[in-house]
Amino acid sequence: MIDVDLSALQEEAGEASAVPSKTKIAVKNLDLYYGEFHALHNINMDMPENKITAYIGPSGCGKSTLLRTLNRMNDLVEGCRIEGEVVIDGENVYARGTDVNRLRKRVGMVFQKPNPFPMTVYDNIAFGPRTHGVKDKAKLDEIVETALRKAAIFDEVKDTLKKSALALSGGQQQRLCIARALAVEPEVLLMDEATSALDPISTGRIEELATELKKDYTVVMVTHNMQQAARVSDMCAFFLLGDLVEFDETQVLFSHPKEKRTEDYITGRFG
Amino acid sequence: MMRTVFDSQLALLDAQMLVMASSMEEAVVGAVEVLESRDKERARAIMEGDDEIDHQEREIEALCLKLLLTQQPVAGDLRRVSAALKMVGDMERIADQAADVAEIVLTLEGDDFDPKLHKHLAKMGRYAANMVHDAAEAFVKRDGERAAQVVGEDANVNEMFDRVKRDIIKGIQAESDPAANLVEALMVAKYLERVGDHAQNIAEWVEYSITGRYKGELLG
Repeated sequence: MIDVDLSALQEEAGEASAVPSKTKIAVKNLDLYYGEFHALHNINMDMPENKITAYIGPSGCGKSTLLRTLNRMNDLVEGCRIEGEVVIDGENVYARGTDVNRLRKRVGMVFQKPNPFPMTVYDNIAFGPRTHGVKDKAKLDEIVETALRKAAIFDEVKDTLKKSALALSGGQQQRLCIARALAVEPEVLLMDEATSALDPISTGRIEELATELKKDYTVVMVTHNMQQAARVSDMCAFFLLGDLVEFDETQVLFSHPKEKRTEDYITGRFG
Repeated sequence: MMRTVFDSQLALLDAQMLVMASSMEEAVVGAVEVLESRDKERARAIMEGDDEIDHQEREIEALCLKLLLTQQPVAGDLRRVSAALKMVGDMERIADQAADVAEIVLTLEGDDFDPKLHKHLAKMGRYAANMVHDAAEAFVKRDGERAAQVVGEDANVNEMFDRVKRDIIKGIQAESDPAANLVEALMVAKYLERVGDHAQNIAEWVEYSITGRYKGELLG
C-alpha cells in the first residue's frame, strides 16, 4: 500500500473540506449616499473570519466605497451619509460613541499605491505602536521585526532598517505598508487594489502573503484582476452600479454563477 | 465589451466537436450495419477511418489546452471547454470500439449468426448507435433534457447485452453457430455495451456543460 498522507497535502493546498467559519464582519441594510448620489443600495453580506473575501466589479460599482465603510474611511468624505450597520464581532461600528481610532487599529488598510512615510523602514513600522503609546525600545524592536516577518519582507530589509523606506522597490514598499498595518495588531486587513501598481512577481508575493495572513486575520480585498480574485479569495462578491449582485464561495461564483449579470461580467461579455 | 477572438475560438471548438461526433456516429452506425451485411470492404474502411478520428481528438485537445492557457475561461465557458476535454476521450473510445467490431466482422465464418442471436445483436447495436447519435445531438443543440434521456437509455443496451449472452450460451449448447463465431459474438456484444457506457458518459458531460451539474451534483 502506497504511503501518502493525502489529507495533509489537501490541507497544504487549501483543498481541505471547508470548516464553516464564524462571521467576522456583517454588513446590514447598508445604504450610502454621496450628497444626492445613492452609491450603495441596501447591501447585506456576512464576511467569514480567517477567510479572504474579494470584491469585484467594474469601475464605479461601489466596491471600494463599501470597503471604506468597513473602517469608516468614508467619514472623511464630505457629503457622505450612511444608513444601516457594519457589525464587526457583534459591534456596530457606526453606533454612537464608537472610538474611530480604535476601530482603525482593529481594521487596517493597504492602498493601491504604496504610501510609505518619508522616514526610515524602522520608523514606518514603529509609527503606529508609538502612536498607541509603546515607548519601550526592546518592545518596539520586537514589534518591528514581527511585523516585517509576517509581511514576508524582513530578510530583504533587516540590514537597512535605518535607511529611508522610499529607497525600497514598489513591491517592497507595498509589503512594508502591509507590515505597518500589521504592527498595530489588527484583526481585519482591507486591501484596496493593493497589487494593481505592482509587477507580476511582487503581485505573486502579496497574493501568497494574503493567503498566509488569513490564518491570523480576516482579509477583504478589492481587485480589478479577476484571476487574482479566483486565485486568492475564498468568498467573492460581484457589484454593479451600487448593487451587490452576487456573493458566494469563489469557486461557485466562477464556475456556475447564479446571475446572468455575473456570468456576463466574469466571462468578459459585459456591456 | 466583446471577446471576438475568444468567441470565434469557441465557435471553432463547437465545429470540431460536431465533426468528430459525426465521424464517431458514422463509425458506430457503419459497424452495426456491417455486422448484418458482412460487407468486408466497408468493414476495412471503418477500421481505417479510426486514425482520422484519433487525429480529430488530438486537434480538439490542443485547442482546449490553448483556450485554457490563453483565455482563462470561467463559468459557462469553462464548463464548455472542460466538458469537451472529457467528452473527446469517450468519443475516441466509441470510435475504437466501432473499429473493433468491424475487425471482428472480417474474421467471422459463414454468412450470418443464428436468426435469434442476429436479431438481438442488431437490436443492441441500434440502441447503442441511437444513444451515440442522441448524445452528440444533445451537445450540439445544448439540449439538457435530451442528454438526460440518453443517460436513461443505457439500461436498454444493458438489457439486450444480457439477452445476447443468453443466446450465446444456448448457441454453444445447441451448436447452432461455429464456436469461433459465438466467441466473437460475445466480444461484439461487449464492445456495443461499452459504446452505450461511453455514450452515457458523453451525455453526462453535456448536462454538466449546460447546468454545472455532473450526475446531479454541482461540480467545481
